[in-house]
Amino acid sequence: MANYYNDNSELKFHLSHPLMQEIVRLKERNFSFKEEFDFAPLDHEDAIDSYDRVLEVVGEICGNIVAENAESIDAEGPEVIDGHVKYARGTEENIKALRQAGLMGMSLPYKYDGLNFPIVPYIMAADIVSRADAGFVNIWGLQDCAETINEFASEEQKQKYLPRVCAGDTMAMDLTEPDAGSDLQAVQLKATWSEEKQTWLLNGVKRFITNGDGEISLVLARSEPGTKDGRGLSMFIYDKLDGGVTVRRIEHKMGIIGSPTCELVFKDAPGELVGSRKMGLIKYVMALMNGARLGIAAQSVGLCEAAYRESIIYAKERMQFGKAIIKFPAVYEMLTNMKAKLDASRTLLYETARFVDMYKTYMHIAEERKLEKEERDEMKKYQRLADIYTPLVKGMASEYSNQLAYDAVQIHGGSGFMKDYPVERIYRDARITSIYEGTTQLQVVAAIRGVTTGAYLNQIRVYEAKQVSPQLEYLKRTLIILTEDYEQAVKQVTATNDNEFIDFHARRLVEMAGHIIMSYLLLLDTNRDEMFMKSTKNYIKFAKAEIKAHAEYIRTSELSDLGDFKMEL
Amino acid sequence: MKAYNIIVLAKQVPDTRNVGKDAMKADGTINRAVLAAIFNPEDLNALEQALRIKDEFPESKINILTMGPGRAADIIREGLYRGADGGILLTDRAFAGSDTLATSYAIGQALKKMGNIDIIIAGRQAIDGDTAQVGPQVAEKLNLLQITYVEEIIELKDKSITVKRRLENGVETVKCPLPLVITVNGSAPDCRARNAKRLMKYKHAKTVTELQKENEDYTHLYNDRPDLNIQEWTVNDIETEASQLGLTGSPTKVKSIENVVLQAKDSKVISSSDSDIEEMMVELLQSHTIG
Repeated sequence: MANYYNDNSELKFHLSHPLMQEIVRLKERNFSFKEEFDFAPLDHEDAIDSYDRVLEVVGEICGNIVAENAESIDAEGPEVIDGHVKYARGTEENIKALRQAGLMGMSLPYKYDGLNFPIVPYIMAADIVSRADAGFVNIWGLQDCAETINEFASEEQKQKYLPRVCAGDTMAMDLTEPDAGSDLQAVQLKATWSEEKQTWLLNGVKRFITNGDGEISLVLARSEPGTKDGRGLSMFIYDKLDGGVTVRRIEHKMGIIGSPTCELVFKDAPGELVGSRKMGLIKYVMALMNGARLGIAAQSVGLCEAAYRESIIYAKERMQFGKAIIKFPAVYEMLTNMKAKLDASRTLLYETARFVDMYKTYMHIAEERKLEKEERDEMKKYQRLADIYTPLVKGMASEYSNQLAYDAVQIHGGSGFMKDYPVERIYRDARITSIYEGTTQLQVVAAIRGVTTGAYLNQIRVYEAKQVSPQLEYLKRTLIILTEDYEQAVKQVTATNDNEFIDFHARRLVEMAGHIIMSYLLLLDTNRDEMFMKSTKNYIKFAKAEIKAHAEYIRTSELSDLGDFKMEL
Repeated sequence: MKAYNIIVLAKQVPDTRNVGKDAMKADGTINRAVLAAIFNPEDLNALEQALRIKDEFPESKINILTMGPGRAADIIREGLYRGADGGILLTDRAFAGSDTLATSYAIGQALKKMGNIDIIIAGRQAIDGDTAQVGPQVAEKLNLLQITYVEEIIELKDKSITVKRRLENGVETVKCPLPLVITVNGSAPDCRARNAKRLMKYKHAKTVTELQKENEDYTHLYNDRPDLNIQEWTVNDIETEASQLGLTGSPTKVKSIENVVLQAKDSKVISSSDSDIEEMMVELLQSHTIG
């Protein structure tokens, strides 16, 4: 009877963050929902208790059902029958269990049958589901497409679709096409208004669509004929009940095999316009992607957890040279660094989730009433933070999930290369996290603004200003010195005023900021709970070495060096 | 028929599946203090069968009946979280020390008072006593038909039910008119998980005794939301004869309890040679271990 929430006290810890008080109060509108909805929390303690209990159910289902099914789903995979997806048997079972438990539409408002959970406990559920099966979290986690409907669709559309999501309908976001991957401006799927049918009709092909045969899909399509860029694109809802979309094939993938990646053919498929025309890519996809990126960060952290736990179990059991391999420095160093990276990416994940919660909740409140000036300022502050933290956590956590999966296989030795242990699957599943929803390289493109505008530095100063207990002061001093290195490197690179040179060093600079931020977050966590002490000390050691290396590389780099790197076509 | 009135009989038991060193006291009785109190596993299988009936006939009502100390109200709450409509906690010092006969008498009397029942579903047996007697005895007390070892309800139509029984040597399909008592095997499907919304709502469900004991901040809730009150019945709420209750009504007397430690005898090493294997085969056949 495994419970993936109860056995992971690091998760519960993040529910107790001081900012949760404010998040819950805003989300529950000062606990005014309780009059109308008999399960709405009565006060802060009651809300946290409810999150805790519901996450316990998530942990139970994941430990006993989702994790148990992971291996057979990976072997079986989904298939296409008559133009539609048939999930693997285990996938069906997982969906049924989570649906019965009411764990779909967790973050949607009460009035659409949701649980009105903040993003923090929702992301925690994603973290848990991913640890159990990182392929399955894709299908379950696409419920956050509903957030985009909730933000931008009409009241009528919300009433039509959101209760269905809460009842368990799965979703998809149909963006990518054969010639439009990272560059979504090139999307060609046509949307034409039909006077006769009084609806938009969608025609064309989409590719690499996760859960493409889901019940409700958000489709990016060209509604303005003759246009070539993002300004001619609009967002549509496609309802599978209407018909018109068939699955041509499912991709054969390296990992996350249970999650069907579909090629879709749209033939006069009816679509309902979401929000305004031409805002599809510019506004709605950006919102959609930010939500999805946070989801991938959660998927990555869940994978880190799984990789770490499998490695610990194996390293304790595996005897070589007369002792368990966990006793050897080469192995325990790997394990300790894995744990430090796991804790670091998780603390960054929940910090980001809190920022998202703060601004999104204010945004929804603003639809109900005019915000006070301080509230508007708060909203803007958290929106800016969420905007620079989302690519940072997506980039860092997905890279760490790959590193941890690599180390996990390494610790298992030859056995890890065989299909006999879960690490082999974890290794394959992790690989996609640093690619989809924007590659790490593209996360850096988004995150570099946080470096050049000084936004990361400002937030680092906020952390720096927080009091820590005297025995942690020495760690803080290390971070202050590392921050100077970071500032120096940023200054040197930006002083050139050369965009290509900035792009060349962007990843190094973003990583430096990321290491400092994660180190501070761990330090502040340790200040609240000693359980993070080891990870904090070890992560700061690791971060220091990384930052120094990057700083040195940048210090000796000149604009003219670029010529040595450039490749000819 | 579109709706059925279903009662699930459930028991709170010490979690004997996760037994540690200190699970037994020196006198050989169970040390309840160190074992978590849980919903008897096969009673959860029984609840799942009831919930499946309700899935098919949503107008149906499921009530949990449990007998035990005050803390057994947890069983009712667990049932509510998973989809039951309500429940009754039968609790009184007068029931203390009941064996299976006295237990089924008290439960039978409570069921008589509840009245109008179509289907009573219980787990096959509880993991603390392993008697498998209470379900069948309740049926006898109420003069109802009974089907034991049920694994699946194949069909429920009007006033008749068809079930699959899991027996030692195979399966058996039985059709039976309602009302009746069913006991469900552990091989039946696991119970569904708690539902998030029901959990958030019914975590506040309390018995009167619990409300009196706790320093509740939310007292007003229980006036506004009657469904949060868990019914508690004492011996005074049901018609009983004192002679049939508790220790007095229990002919089973425990003479002594022994702590039996199962130990393997000396192990025997058999090589992979043909002669050794042959010798082993002969030995196993002679001892009727195989064949």
